[in-house]
Amino acid sequence: MVNEEYPKIYLYRRLVQAKLFIDTHYTDKIDLDNIAVEAYFSKFHFIRMFKNIYGKTPHQYLILVRIRKAMELLKTSTPVSDVCYAIGFESLGSFSVLFKRIVGVTPSEYLIQHREIKTQIAKTPLAFIPGCFAEKNGWIKKNSNFKEVKE
Amino acid sequence: MPVLCVNNLKRKKMISKMTHVSIYVLDQGRAYDFYTNKLGFKVITDAPMPNGDRWITVCPPEQQDFEIILAPITRGVFSEETANALKALVEKGAFGVGLFTSNDIFATYEELKAKGVEFTKTPKKEFYGTEAIFKDDSGNWFSLAQLV
Repeated sequence: MVNEEYPKIYLYRRLVQAKLFIDTHYTDKIDLDNIAVEAYFSKFHFIRMFKNIYGKTPHQYLILVRIRKAMELLKTSTPVSDVCYAIGFESLGSFSVLFKRIVGVTPSEYLIQHREIKTQIAKTPLAFIPGCFAEKNGWIKKNSNFKEVKE
Repeated sequence: MPVLCVNNLKRKKMISKMTHVSIYVLDQGRAYDFYTNKLGFKVITDAPMPNGDRWITVCPPEQQDFEIILAPITRGVFSEETANALKALVEKGAFGVGLFTSNDIFATYEELKAKGVEFTKTPKKEFYGTEAIFKDDSGNWFSLAQLV
C-alpha cells in the first residue's frame, strides 16, 4: 500500500491500538494519560486525534464501552449492583445516572424490559419473526396466514 | 395542495424500505461471534426456534432498522444437494453480499485487521471513494467503503 493511498498509517495504528486497549481493559482503572504515552502522543494531541476518528474523547468512549457492556449483562438478568462493579464503576449512583443519560432508562428498568422480552421470545418465538421467513424455514405450516402452529 | 396529496398517496403505494436481508452462513455460532465481536454489530433478535434452529438478526450499530439475518443453510429449507452446493459456493467466496460504509475507512480497516478479519483488498482510492474488501467467517465478501 503506498502512502498516497493510506495517509498517516502509523497514526492510525497507534490510535486503533489505544481504542482496542480501552475495548479490552474497560473494567480496569484506565489512566488515559498512560494510554497517550503508550501511543507516543501528548495527552491533548491524543484526545484530539481520537475524537477526530471516533467522534468521542477517549474518556467518553470508555464510558460508552462500559455502558454497552452493562446493557449486555443486564440482558442476561445479572443484578444491577453486580453489573455496576463488573464494568468498573465504583458507585451504583453514578452508574445509574450515566446509564439513564445514555440509554434513556435506568438499569433496573432496562433489566425488567429485557427480562420481559426474553420471556415473550421463549413463549412465542414466532411472534418476533416475519411470517414469510418462518414459513420458508418450515417453522409454521404453509398457507397458515402466518399464525403460530400450536402442537 | 392537491398535487402534493396525490404525490403522497403514490409514495405510500411504493416500496419504501428494505428491513431484512439474509446472509447464508456455514455456522451460526461462529457467524454470531464474527458479526458481534469482530464487526461490532448489535444483536436485534436471537430466538430459539421449535426445531432447534436459531433466528439471529444483527445490524450495524448506526442502522438499527435494518436486520441482517444470519441464516444457516439447513436441509429443512433446501434439498441435501442444494444445501451442499450452496455451502460450497459460500465457502468458495462466490457471494458478494453488500457494501458497508465507514466514516473513517483507515481506522476501521486497521481495527478489523487487528481483530483477524481477512481482507482481499486493502483500502484503495476509487472514483466513488476509498474501498477495501473483506470476508466474513463463512466466505461471504463485503465492500467496506468511505464514500465521497
